[in-house]
Amino acid sequence: MTCRAAAAPGGPLSGRKGILVATATDKEIVQCLVGNGVQFITSLPCKQLAGVIDLVEREPGMRHVPCTREDEGLGMCVGAHLGGRKSAILMQNTALGVIVNAIATLVQYYHVPVPMIVSHRGEVGEPVACQVEMALHTRPLLDMLKIPSYSFTDPGQIELLDGILGHCFMSRKPVAVLAQASFWSRAQ
Amino acid sequence: MNRFEVLKTIVPVVRDRLVVCNIGSPSQELRFLCDQDSNFYMLGTMGLCSSIGLGLAMSCDESVIAIDGDGSILTNLGGLATIANNPCSNFVLLIIDNGSYGSTGDQPTYAGAQTSLAKVAQACGCKHVVECSGKHLAATLEDVLERGTGGVIVCKCDPGQVPAPVVDLDPVVIAHRFSARVSRGRLDHAGTSSANAA
Ligand SMILES: [Mg+2]
Repeated sequence: MTCRAAAAPGGPLSGRKGILVATATDKEIVQCLVGNGVQFITSLPCKQLAGVIDLVEREPGMRHVPCTREDEGLGMCVGAHLGGRKSAILMQNTALGVIVNAIATLVQYYHVPVPMIVSHRGEVGEPVACQVEMALHTRPLLDMLKIPSYSFTDPGQIELLDGILGHCFMSRKPVAVLAQASFWSRAQ
Repeated sequence: MNRFEVLKTIVPVVRDRLVVCNIGSPSQELRFLCDQDSNFYMLGTMGLCSSIGLGLAMSCDESVIAIDGDGSILTNLGGLATIANNPCSNFVLLIIDNGSYGSTGDQPTYAGAQTSLAKVAQACGCKHVVECSGKHLAATLEDVLERGTGGVIVCKCDPGQVPAPVVDLDPVVIAHRFSARVSRGRLDHAGTSSANAA
């Protein structure tokens, strides 16, 4: 078999490895995912998630499969869960506009735990005006979907992540960590 | 041959195998023909059958067959790129292409007109893409499984379905019995391996 989760490190695009841009905070995020038994990760990039994505791509205990849309990514997470692997998704908050149906009729309906590590664009300090539009809808959408969400504004809050991931897998529900611009800018 | 008649021919091939089945008529018909713990029925979420199948195949050793439809694949064409770039020897994507949105009244899809899903899959980079008629599906599927390469099968057939009962299983029951079956398969596999080693 060429394809089991947690097989060889390095995903399909690993030939393009550049300079590792990860910070200590990025490393803590990935170590926390590993520590909680996550073996399958899907992602769609955001600038702020670049370091985390770089690290999961190199993490030997993890299978990283980039997705082309976040609902597709959630589909793969559910498949991995059915196969007995804990999964997670890395995405930007704009993805919430894409995944509502997949969350309601698949992830929540079948009781699948999926932690969503979300880079939250559009808050104070955001340079791109359009990002503010989805930022306004992000928390209301999460609340409407009854997805527990946790806002990280400072890298010090990373110590909460272990408990949040444990809560996700215990309750078999998706949870969202909203990592704000200040979280990433203060990370080192 | 319509999808029901096509599914009927592959019952012996999919029996005891892990199957992820598309929402609506496909799941209803498959359950009517061959209900088993190793069937994962989708109750919603059009488009994600192939993605669930891929995620599953990457997380177990057993062969996985995703029975998807043309309308569903058209909503998630990006998934074919993901499949192509993460080749998985135990994953078979079976697209039953009846050129219509069957569950909603057989409105035509673009796959029944100008768009070739086999060519789309090839252009995405998928290896082992086969297009066949309903008559040849059972042999084609068996062959792909036997070769152990994984692949994409596009089975062209006629529109139409039979009025099979709605899948009234609780989603949590579907997921639970399916996951338990995957675990049993893993244990059996480990048992066989150690027996072979001994
Ligand atoms: Mg169809």
